[in-house]
Amino acid sequence: MIQPSFPGGTHPPGHKTATADARSEICPLPAELVIPLAQHVGAPALPCVTAGQWVARGQLVGRANGFVSVPVHASTSGLVTAVEPRPHPCGADLPAVVLQPDGADTWADEYQKQSFHVLSVEAMLERIREAGVVGMGGAAFPTHVKLDPPQGKVIDTVIVNAVECEPWLTADRRVLLEQTEKVLTGLEILQEISGADHAYIGLEDNQPDVARLLAPHCQKRGIGLAVLPTKYPQGAERQLIYAVTGRRVPARGLPMDVGVLVQNVGTIAALTDAVTRGRPLIERMVTISGPAVVRPQNLRVRIGTPVAHLLEHCGVTEEPAMVILGGPMMGSAQHTPAVPVVRGTSGVLAFRRQDLPTTTAGPCVRCGRCVNACPMNLQPTFIADFARRDELELAERFAARNCIECGSCSFICPANIPLVQSIRYAKGAILARRRRI
Amino acid sequence: MMAAVICLGSLGFVAALLLGMAARRFAVTVDPRQVALMDILAGANCGACGFPGCDAYARALVAGTAKPDLCRPGGAETLKRIATILGVAVTERPPQIAVVRCQGDLQHARLKYAYQGLQDCRAAQKLARGPKLCPAGCLGLGSCVQHCPFDALAIDSRGLAMVNRSRCTGCGLCVTICPRQVLALAPANETIHVLCNNRESSARVKSYCNAGCLGCRLCVRTAPESFVMDSFLAKVRYGYGEPSTMAEAIARCPHHCILNLDEQGNNQTLPTPHSVRERSTP
Repeated sequence: MIQPSFPGGTHPPGHKTATADARSEICPLPAELVIPLAQHVGAPALPCVTAGQWVARGQLVGRANGFVSVPVHASTSGLVTAVEPRPHPCGADLPAVVLQPDGADTWADEYQKQSFHVLSVEAMLERIREAGVVGMGGAAFPTHVKLDPPQGKVIDTVIVNAVECEPWLTADRRVLLEQTEKVLTGLEILQEISGADHAYIGLEDNQPDVARLLAPHCQKRGIGLAVLPTKYPQGAERQLIYAVTGRRVPARGLPMDVGVLVQNVGTIAALTDAVTRGRPLIERMVTISGPAVVRPQNLRVRIGTPVAHLLEHCGVTEEPAMVILGGPMMGSAQHTPAVPVVRGTSGVLAFRRQDLPTTTAGPCVRCGRCVNACPMNLQPTFIADFARRDELELAERFAARNCIECGSCSFICPANIPLVQSIRYAKGAILARRRRI
Repeated sequence: MMAAVICLGSLGFVAALLLGMAARRFAVTVDPRQVALMDILAGANCGACGFPGCDAYARALVAGTAKPDLCRPGGAETLKRIATILGVAVTERPPQIAVVRCQGDLQHARLKYAYQGLQDCRAAQKLARGPKLCPAGCLGLGSCVQHCPFDALAIDSRGLAMVNRSRCTGCGLCVTICPRQVLALAPANETIHVLCNNRESSARVKSYCNAGCLGCRLCVRTAPESFVMDSFLAKVRYGYGEPSTMAEAIARCPHHCILNLDEQGNNQTLPTPHSVRERSTP
């Protein structure tokens, strides 16, 4: 059954065929792993190893620093060569543990596989926190915080976000196809922890094979399968919640305010590993694709693998003119291929020079396409205009802070105006001014 | 016809009467000193005084809640006239001027990435902390130029911000606008400045730029009175200069980042552009 969807949105070309149907492979270990201590929203982890120390696979290398923070683990066994600032996908040099793999890949402990039914909710939350599980769709918000709502908030619905609305990316699709059982177990764990009665898997109708595969499982377990019309940004939390349940998350609120919990497919697979096997999050599915890549594919990559290693493994036709971590709509272009894959990296996309836009911004023609496309019902052209003129009060009155930065407005603009960029600036400036006052 | 004239005439008369009464009844009394002050103040609404515009500052002056020496664009002349109107004694503040503390143009400074987004320094700074490798260098996208109420700033051919010393009033708006604090205020009579803003060690500065202060302390050793170190960045001790030793320090600086702006043929002044509007008030 195809359901109605959220208002607005755009239809960027998918480009998913190159990587959608090939089984994922294991990425060989690089010569050096760079494991940043800040891979999540919240306080960076505190390093607890020193240069010259040998660490085992899965051993703690950074302790969580506060409630909204998660620990960081060694992705393989080897020698810590340095704890120093290294290039980070955010653009700055941030503290990271540099690891030289010894090739043996020995685990720190032998874990017994265990059913989650014997564990209490607190024990499961503790395991999730200790494993360093964060939102793997890109935001990297600590999962244990999301699962531990404040008193008085009741969660009745869990939604698995398998939408993957960003072009090029197929990592979530591969996780769902190859680790179906793990995801379904994870959904049970989520229901157990949150006490939610209803569970849904949100999919787009461009993946009918996944829907066919999941249908019998969902029927057996009483899970709703929501097949939604393909549209960007369906995978954004608020849009997905509206499309699946019809509930509107208040502008400044959180999904828990309407009793919903949304988790990405990759996060759920990692969470199952954490709860049933005590395994930390040291590996993730990454789509390596783009016109400059010779063998586009999905790889299971250890956290901390430099992007240069992935591009070398998959081959590039030429020196890529632009490398984007994440999807092309919301991901960030990188200034050096030395940046590592972190927990929130869903894709590595390499583009040639001729793929990059060359047109410059023109004047607004007042066509209103950005207004129609905005999934948050904002008026991007006005907000961007206010931002350029530094009229922050007006930008705030036009609800600039509600922008989810999906980039639909910039994508649709026939005059190539950097709309979302301006709005992002306005959001930052409004917050900065608020802090000053 | 007659009826219409009488009707409209009487209506007009009544309305005039009402307006006249209202004008007397609700008249706003403005201190004549405030009106006089408004004529004197620079009229740029730059906010250097800390009040939202010249009007608010004039009101505060008359109310006695503001110091009389806060109008920096007006300078000594305005201060004198404020003092006469308010009848208070004032001491003059030395005039200040903005200095762009960066020489890292594209020939000297290395880029981290090619920036194509919104042409605004503060927006560029949000993207991976700016397109320049140096975290303290001028981005040259001109946020300061856009906000300068006196048209005293421009982006020069090298892609760096540049102060027109004859136009700059030292209001300090650009200092608050610049996301990297490249601009700073310095005494207007001083011409020797260290044109670098990076406090990091020499190895890091060298990796960013060929025109940055390395923190080698040569200037401090040559002219200990005139220079002082702030971490790995040399700074001029304004007002303690001794021209001959300072000239020696300038000559010895390995990256040539100490400059005498006068000597360099008014290095930071610009020919007046045609398009700029004249300042309306003295």
